[in-house]
Amino acid sequence: MSQAATPVTGVKKTQRALNRAVIRFAGDSGDGMQLTGEQFTTETAWAGNDLATLPNFPAEIRAPAGTLFGVSSFQLQFGSQRVYTPGDRLDCLVAMNPAALKVHLSDLKTGGLLIVNTAAFEKRNLDKAGYAANPLDDPALAERYRLHQVDMSGLTHEALKSLPLNAKEKERCKNFFALGLVSWIYTRPLEPTLDWIGKKFAKTATLADANTRVLKAGHAFGETAEIFGEHYQVEAAEMPPGLYRAMTGNRALAWGLLAAAERSAIPVVFGAYPITPASSVLEELALHKRFRIRTIQAEDEIAAVTSAIGAAFGGAVGVTCSSGPGIALKGEAIGLAVTAELPLVIFDIQRAGPSTGMPTKTEQADLMQALYGRNSESPVVVLAPATPGDCFFIAYESVRIAVKYMVPVMVLSDGFLANGSEPWLIPDPATLPPIDVHFRTEREGFFPYLRDPATLARPWVRPGTPGLEHRIGGIEKQDVTGNISYDPENHDHMVRTRAEKVRRVAQEIPPTSIHGPATGDLLVVGWGGTYGAITAAVERAQGEGRSVASIHLRHLNPLPPDLGHILREYRRVLVPEINSGQLVRVLRAEYLVDAVGFNRVRGLPLASDDIHEAITQLCGDQP
Amino acid sequence: MSVTGAGAAATPRYTKKDFESDQDVRWCPGCGDYAILSAVQKSMPDLGIPRENIVFVSGIGCSSRFPYYMNTYGFHTIHGRAPAIATGLRVARPDLKVFVVTGDGDGLSIGGNHTLHVLRRNVDVTILLFNNRIYGLTKGQYSPTSELGKVTKSTPLGSADRPVNPLAFALGCGATFVARTVDRNIPHLEEMLKRAARHRGTAFVEILQNCNVYNDLTWNVMYDKESKLRYELRLEHGKPLLFGPPDARQAVIMDGVTPKVAPAKDVAERALWVHDERNVNAAKILADLFAPDFPVPIGVLAAIDAPIYEDLLLEQEQRAISERGPGEIARLLTSGDTWKIE
Repeated sequence: MSQAATPVTGVKKTQRALNRAVIRFAGDSGDGMQLTGEQFTTETAWAGNDLATLPNFPAEIRAPAGTLFGVSSFQLQFGSQRVYTPGDRLDCLVAMNPAALKVHLSDLKTGGLLIVNTAAFEKRNLDKAGYAANPLDDPALAERYRLHQVDMSGLTHEALKSLPLNAKEKERCKNFFALGLVSWIYTRPLEPTLDWIGKKFAKTATLADANTRVLKAGHAFGETAEIFGEHYQVEAAEMPPGLYRAMTGNRALAWGLLAAAERSAIPVVFGAYPITPASSVLEELALHKRFRIRTIQAEDEIAAVTSAIGAAFGGAVGVTCSSGPGIALKGEAIGLAVTAELPLVIFDIQRAGPSTGMPTKTEQADLMQALYGRNSESPVVVLAPATPGDCFFIAYESVRIAVKYMVPVMVLSDGFLANGSEPWLIPDPATLPPIDVHFRTEREGFFPYLRDPATLARPWVRPGTPGLEHRIGGIEKQDVTGNISYDPENHDHMVRTRAEKVRRVAQEIPPTSIHGPATGDLLVVGWGGTYGAITAAVERAQGEGRSVASIHLRHLNPLPPDLGHILREYRRVLVPEINSGQLVRVLRAEYLVDAVGFNRVRGLPLASDDIHEAITQLCGDQP
Repeated sequence: MSVTGAGAAATPRYTKKDFESDQDVRWCPGCGDYAILSAVQKSMPDLGIPRENIVFVSGIGCSSRFPYYMNTYGFHTIHGRAPAIATGLRVARPDLKVFVVTGDGDGLSIGGNHTLHVLRRNVDVTILLFNNRIYGLTKGQYSPTSELGKVTKSTPLGSADRPVNPLAFALGCGATFVARTVDRNIPHLEEMLKRAARHRGTAFVEILQNCNVYNDLTWNVMYDKESKLRYELRLEHGKPLLFGPPDARQAVIMDGVTPKVAPAKDVAERALWVHDERNVNAAKILADLFAPDFPVPIGVLAAIDAPIYEDLLLEQEQRAISERGPGEIARLLTSGDTWKIE
């Protein structure tokens, strides 16, 4: 197939309307697939679609070129209706090299659109991908999928032949050829990407010119080449009106803290040690010093949390952030905050484990660690955001609860939420609940562990307050006075008091929102980043006439006060999780319900189809 | 932003008693910690800092009980982490005077990493490291400063690991103030405490301290009258390194790049080593001197000025605010790429 031939101009292509599409860009780590995906996402957001994204990249910074483990991909689903997940099966796969084809082809729907960069299908790359023969030569491929073989490298070089760039620099532009082409196929506006190019390469006109040319060449190729018979339109989604922006989970966590810093009017000290996939929270916060957020890149995970605790002792909001392995290291210090009864916020951006595990892959297996992963009885409040944008509200809420109850609050995000983005309706910060910080200054009747009767919080005293000098620490202390105490009855009392204080946070939890009938055959209970996959599966089952509802828990400790009642309104309870069954155990233990788990621990988000199948099985064949 | 900013005029006139808390002191009778506690309480009024602006932070170990006995703000934390807690506290509250009380196990073993980093950052805290060369609170295991071959409960055949030298360690980490003193030399101890407390940046003071239960007289070279006279080298800025009894004064001199001891009378005046606290390289040599081949230096080995971590951090914040105004979340949320859905 000759690709370099001058495209036929003036041919009017058919445009077909779609409700939704799932697209994945896949290539070598050096092929710029993340950027391509992000730009396609921006274009799609501009087009007014709802969307969800799934970046997926190797942990190696520069994985050897052409290898299977060096493949990087970016998937998104967009639609004219609510989109809850990045999608399960692909409508379109762009494979920039043989390895990408090998790793991702099985996810493409039969009859799906398959676009390959033929230039990369040469012997060396085929060998590295483990292909004995060129898969493009197998007629079965074109029978099974709508295969388009495009010499993207050649066409890119052709578009740039008059520019003073070397061959390597030209080759690096080919991802924008793919972006231009797919943008044409799905009728995406190029303006946001052209804007981006203008800003990014403001100082290097040649590169700005090159990327613009290649983007447009890709777009024009789709429009004029004979091979693409049709293209698609996905109408704007019916979304609540307002101003939107794209939001990733980690940025939302960071901005939620900034909102809390502004509202509480006290400094936030954020101690963190770099770890995948949490580091970008630290990096984001370091950009915003104007909010009096003080970031410390600590020497280790323990120093990260203890510096936050030291700051809390000083009357600041202390926050630390890590992923599972780092949270394990922080355990002892979190226990100190529990017994010293200081406000502390801990973000855990969960990743696949144990140990190093798969740092760039997602998982929900730190729930038990959050609830119980410390020595002795050391309860903390545990919250979990449901979507990338929800991370903003959860981060804010974690600070509000921590300072109100003088208690550590752990937030369980995950790699999927951290890097995934969604169109986010920008909230009015004035609608956020107030964060009331009260520092005691009154000497009369002061004791370090004198408690507020409603919250059981002890007074927060800033050092520097005359007359309230006092000492606290990790040793058990007598209630009220705070004096060291080894008295057995006092210890029992303090263990119960610390637990009761966390339980009282239940008074902050709004009534649980039930998606579906208030009573029925099946209740699906989820938490964290599985919200989209569960909701999509439940809505599908509801559409089939099944008596299914779902709830999504944002408060995991304490659990919502109405939860026990809700669970009993359904014949069966299903708990899908990316772990081997953690929330399901908590629910069974706490409420004596016969909840069953649906568990896949693959380092990937749960597939909506799989959850739907589990729902179908539990409900029985008849809707 | 400076710690000790509160003027002396505004500070009440304190006595030692003002710094004694109502808690019963629970160290073993005869412990060197009593003398240190008393010296600290006695030195406090001279610092001219309002009591409420002082915080003692500690980790775990006998020494770390210290904050309970000081009538200031205090935080008894977890093993080894006091320097990191103090760092966060200073970043949040640069107006406070922060002391860290630690020991050879807490500060150089489990918390060695944090000691390293607080020193290299030059956080404005005063670290008092009580070195008794033994684990006391856990009842008598050897410590990272115990001498090679030390026989303890956990090393019945003698320890196999070489000790760390706290002063050399601190200097190696980039410490800006390093001193050594002795629990039984009260005037010197008080002098060192005050000097350290007045230093801007991390001040590191090794206090040779006696554990009369598990490691009695480990520093006898500095306790025994005769030995002390023979080995104690008082470091004084601008004074030559002379030590020993009046009738047999010795000088520490440099022979090329090697320190040597020679009878003072045989050393020409221009060949004497005159102590200069600002010379960190010289301090590194002094840090390694010890009996019996050399004298035991006590006093300030090094005191230099260097940028302070939290000052730099807060200057960035101040600059960002003065250049662009305080952050506003409402504006941030709507900044950059946004789009409207009608």
